[in-house]
Amino acid sequence: MSAVRLLVGTRKGAFVLTADGKRDQWKIDGPHFAGWEIYHLKGSPVDPNRLYASQSSGWFGQMIQRSDDGGKTWEPVGNEFIYEGVPGTHQWYDGTQHPWEFKRIWHLEPSLTDPETVYAGAEDAALFRTGDGGKTWQELPGLRGAKGNLWQPGAGGMCLHTILLDPSQPNRMFVAISAAGAFRSDDAGQTWRPINRGLRSEMIPDPTADVGHCVHRIAMHSSRPGVLFMQKHWDVMRSENAGDSWNEVSGNLPSDFGFPIDVHAHEPETIYVVPIKSDSEHFPPDGKLRVYRSRTGGNEWEALTRGLPQSDCYVNVLRDAMCVDALDQCGIYFGTTGGQVYGSADAGDTWKPIVRDLPAVLSVEVQTLP
Amino acid sequence: MIRVALPFHLRNLAKIESEVELDLAGPVTQRAILDALEARYPMLRGTIRDHVTQKRRAFVRFFACEQDLSHDSPDAPLPDAVATGAEQFVVLGAMAGG
Repeated sequence: MSAVRLLVGTRKGAFVLTADGKRDQWKIDGPHFAGWEIYHLKGSPVDPNRLYASQSSGWFGQMIQRSDDGGKTWEPVGNEFIYEGVPGTHQWYDGTQHPWEFKRIWHLEPSLTDPETVYAGAEDAALFRTGDGGKTWQELPGLRGAKGNLWQPGAGGMCLHTILLDPSQPNRMFVAISAAGAFRSDDAGQTWRPINRGLRSEMIPDPTADVGHCVHRIAMHSSRPGVLFMQKHWDVMRSENAGDSWNEVSGNLPSDFGFPIDVHAHEPETIYVVPIKSDSEHFPPDGKLRVYRSRTGGNEWEALTRGLPQSDCYVNVLRDAMCVDALDQCGIYFGTTGGQVYGSADAGDTWKPIVRDLPAVLSVEVQTLP
Repeated sequence: MIRVALPFHLRNLAKIESEVELDLAGPVTQRAILDALEARYPMLRGTIRDHVTQKRRAFVRFFACEQDLSHDSPDAPLPDAVATGAEQFVVLGAMAGG
């Protein structure tokens, strides 16, 4: 029987949650790396027992951990993230230029074909790659050449938080950075260009600038990698042409501010977001935790509420904290800053808490296992 | 023999139960201790001092003989009591946060 394994990163460690294909009984394992911030964990698509985790601390810096047995045991691997060449500068809060400084890894994206190859998204924003299972990391500096001097940190830091690998074109990848925007490479990460046409951000001096947009997350369905969905700081967006242009699809959402966005495993036009009241408040509208689902690729949204708290709920759902499994009946999961991880085994129709009292959840990834 | 005490998280990271004992051939300095420590436990590289600048991380401190040596030169000789192993060289995470 199939099984699922959730990899949950929190402010105080990592947790591995497992269940069989029914997804009604869960085993909670952890905390791993207790007391450390675990921004993200992810498994290799070609070797599900090969996991990578980003472990960091304000005291002791960045570690990368690797597991070869599905998260039972871990070993630290390389943690040397050195910007290529002279790091240069980017925009700072006061309008001056500020040197690039490595702070942490926000996101790890294992290769679709090789368990030894992983991409890592850094703060201050840059893209790193390992080809030896995490022992050594090299920057792909062409990304910062895409008007990097104009990028600037958002309130959460200037982080590269999203990495999408195109399964149909091995040389194509997408990244998203707060607050710089979305970028695409068509040559395996050597050169990059901003793909932000159609975005409109009223909080920046030129609302339609090439770069400077606070993109919170982008998502794709593997069967249609040219169609991208974006949750921006405000606005939910859609692109039909691999990011060459974007159109707003916020439609009837109660708020188009939010962080995560994801796509149903088997229905490329079914997408999910979690509306948050505003960038000033960072909690759900009316104290009701609602996932919104569109079965039309945007614009027409329905609230999914069954099993979720519908009063007095003031948690947030962060950008890397929602995911979908690939079972026949698609499961969807998300974690909150209140430490709850919710799961739905029926594509969002009904929800149950898998665990309620973890530390604040930073990321949730799911592996669908044979 | 030098005795080095590490904070909880770094002991866990390096899978160390208690203090670390190091033998140094040359002068006993912060740099010599940290070089030897990182050679034995490579996973500690970057956790106590920056990979590139080799400067102490901001929230890491060095204590010995009831003195805060954090701002001393990394190449300054450490007290004899550290060099003889009578006193520990203590690496600790600064009390910070709330």
